[in-house]
Amino acid sequence: MQTVDKIKPCYPLFGDDDYKASLKAKRDLFEEGHGADKVYETFLWTTTKEYQDLNFQREALTVDPAKACQPLGAVLCSLGFEKTLPYVHGSQGCVAYFRSYFNRHFKEPIACVSDSMTEDAAVFGGQKNMFDGLENAKALYKPTMIAVSTTCMAEVIGDDLNAFINNAKKAGHIEQEYPVPFAHTPSFVGSHVTGWDNMMEGILRCFTLNKMEGKVVGSSGKVNVVPGFETYLGNYRVIKRMLGEMDVDYTMLSDPTEVLDTPADGEYRMYAGGTTIAEVEAAPNAATTLLLQPWHLEKTKKFVETTWNHDVPKLNIPMGVDWTDELLMKVSEVTGKPIPDSLAKERGRCMDLISDSHAWLHGKKFAVYGDPDFVLGMVKILLECGAEPTHILAHNGNKRWAKGVQKLLDSSPFGVNGKVYVGNDLWHLRSLCFTDKPDFLIGNSYGKYIQRDTKHKGDEFEVPLIRLGFPIFDRHHLHRMTTMGYEGAMYVVTTLVNAVLEQLDRETLGMGTTDYNFDLVR
Amino acid sequence: MAKLRQCAIYGKGGIGKSTTTQNLVAALAESGKKVMIVGCDPKADSTRLILHSKAQTTVMHLAAEAGSVEDLELEDVLSVGYGGVKCVESGGPEPGVGCAGRGVITAINFLEEEGAYDEDLDFVFYDVLGDVVCGGFAMPIRENKAQEIYIVCSGEMMAMYAANNISKGIVKYANSGGVRLAGLICNSRNTDREDELIMALAARLGTTMIHFVPRDNAVQHAEIRRMTVIEYDPKHKQADEYRALANKVVNNTNFVIPTPIEMEELEELLMEFGIMEAEDESIVGKTAAELAAG
Repeated sequence: MQTVDKIKPCYPLFGDDDYKASLKAKRDLFEEGHGADKVYETFLWTTTKEYQDLNFQREALTVDPAKACQPLGAVLCSLGFEKTLPYVHGSQGCVAYFRSYFNRHFKEPIACVSDSMTEDAAVFGGQKNMFDGLENAKALYKPTMIAVSTTCMAEVIGDDLNAFINNAKKAGHIEQEYPVPFAHTPSFVGSHVTGWDNMMEGILRCFTLNKMEGKVVGSSGKVNVVPGFETYLGNYRVIKRMLGEMDVDYTMLSDPTEVLDTPADGEYRMYAGGTTIAEVEAAPNAATTLLLQPWHLEKTKKFVETTWNHDVPKLNIPMGVDWTDELLMKVSEVTGKPIPDSLAKERGRCMDLISDSHAWLHGKKFAVYGDPDFVLGMVKILLECGAEPTHILAHNGNKRWAKGVQKLLDSSPFGVNGKVYVGNDLWHLRSLCFTDKPDFLIGNSYGKYIQRDTKHKGDEFEVPLIRLGFPIFDRHHLHRMTTMGYEGAMYVVTTLVNAVLEQLDRETLGMGTTDYNFDLVR
Repeated sequence: MAKLRQCAIYGKGGIGKSTTTQNLVAALAESGKKVMIVGCDPKADSTRLILHSKAQTTVMHLAAEAGSVEDLELEDVLSVGYGGVKCVESGGPEPGVGCAGRGVITAINFLEEEGAYDEDLDFVFYDVLGDVVCGGFAMPIRENKAQEIYIVCSGEMMAMYAANNISKGIVKYANSGGVRLAGLICNSRNTDREDELIMALAARLGTTMIHFVPRDNAVQHAEIRRMTVIEYDPKHKQADEYRALANKVVNNTNFVIPTPIEMEELEELLMEFGIMEAEDESIVGKTAAELAAG
């Protein structure tokens, strides 16, 4: 029993006798479920190779997707601009989902509006919603820019954002010159990373397409940095720090680090920081544009190349030592600024850290899942440490990406056992974790169910989850960490090696059985 | 290189849009123009006369087979027919299920992303399902797509209703962008004073009847061979009609925001030409018995 004075959370409350009895009665009286034996027998069957083969024949069903939808990415992209209100043309519930999704990850309030299309809008089109929505959102929340994306509903009925926004201006709902960049982001095409790319392209288009006169590549002495769908705030910060140390002037195109990390000082900030419109307008004058996550920035790349005439360098996500080197050397080459001693020293520290830990990581097998660029970067770090990536999965990866990962695997003796999966979900990965057990699983919070299921079969089958990626709902503050640059490599390797050591401690703390290896010094 | 002109052909179902479009395109191709046809109709009959095929395999059909549109390549969906005309059919679901409008959006986005609109093209023609029933079928007239709309009609009441309704749709898009009505194409049904009637309608809509295509069995003769008249019998006088139409399209500069008319005005016009009788309000809602009782 619990009382007002002693409130218990559901664990351990539901373990009390009265709750146990109540839950048992519910099962017996209403659920008509199978007995525990049958359930366990079926569970065991789902861990077999036979089940895995059937599982991989699935066509029309996704179980536990490892991706989200386009407008989610569009909202994150919009949040990175100064005083910008993300506006989703479509249903209200979708927007509630985007807000709660980010708010569970960042532990911050997320400002985002919808124009709340309902059945009549589905029949007559959403133009009227957009008229009222733009006018009200601007009057209430006073943004300097409203960035519009769409949900599936608006896309299925074929609402035309360009026409609606122009009509809203003509009809006087908002001023003619008020900036309303937009992107069509149908949820049923691509994933959240596609939506980020589309919104970025929409914003660049809005502020530069018809203003290219007088723009000269390289005239501003800056470089542009496009982070892509990036949820580690430390990654924005580390890139800025490294460029700062190199004395390179830059424009970060979408920088949500302030608005997603506002201080608790009694003042609510709906908007904070972010890339300014003036910076976007001047971005074509930069020497080049660096894409930190090129696998999902295809539309942005195309726009930057064709409209701005930038020579976009071929780079990989700057995760691990090698690819951070490549980024810094490219920046140095483009700007003529040398790489300072401070960064050389940081690199040395990173190398030192890796050599201190690599013996523990050597030969350990890791399954990795997440967004294409992140997964590729993780594979790179694992290979650099002599760890073995085995199951490599990106639900939203394409075949070209799979080939790219394969090429990376082929470049290292530790990549021999790696197999790449695209378009597969976490239920597929669950099968793989049973039939070809990796030592660890690297990914977002959703992997915890695979850990639970594998442990259910027995301790020796458990695949512990290492939380790296997005979203991370069940651990706090990891979103402020860093996975890029030398600093990021150090964080990732620290996380990996300590997971290995913790697991070893768990296995060796058996008093008088395994504690001969329960060592103080590892 | 001349600027690519993108044209959409609308009109009531069964009016002969697809036949007219393909003959017009064939005439353009014959004169050396590089043309692409994009069929925006689940029936997928917009390219058969150019390709001599029953129905071209559509983008949506191929996408369904491959699993998703992203798995398709441009050459899978693009066929080249008479006169080097490039042909694509968007396709769509079986009647009664799914969303054909979304199919049109998906197909056109795919063509854009895959670079189907290459620099050599002079014209793209969108042959669109009879009635613009939802936003998807307006996709061809969105910004940066078709700027010129041609409406195929005849001197029949419903065809003219449809032409007026389509004009209403165009106004919505014309106010915010560059899309314009480029003219009416009269595909004759041999009704009385048909040319005058369509010219009168065109004038009310603020446009012109760009060409009067007379009815001729040569069209049907060519069609059963899955050919255009231009290809089947280039010397036939009907082929010259399509050549004349093509020539007028090439030289057309009369692009307007249409001025659709009210229903009463349209009915007056129809009565003036004897297509519609004046309504006898006194008999409305009266049963036979009531009328007999006088």
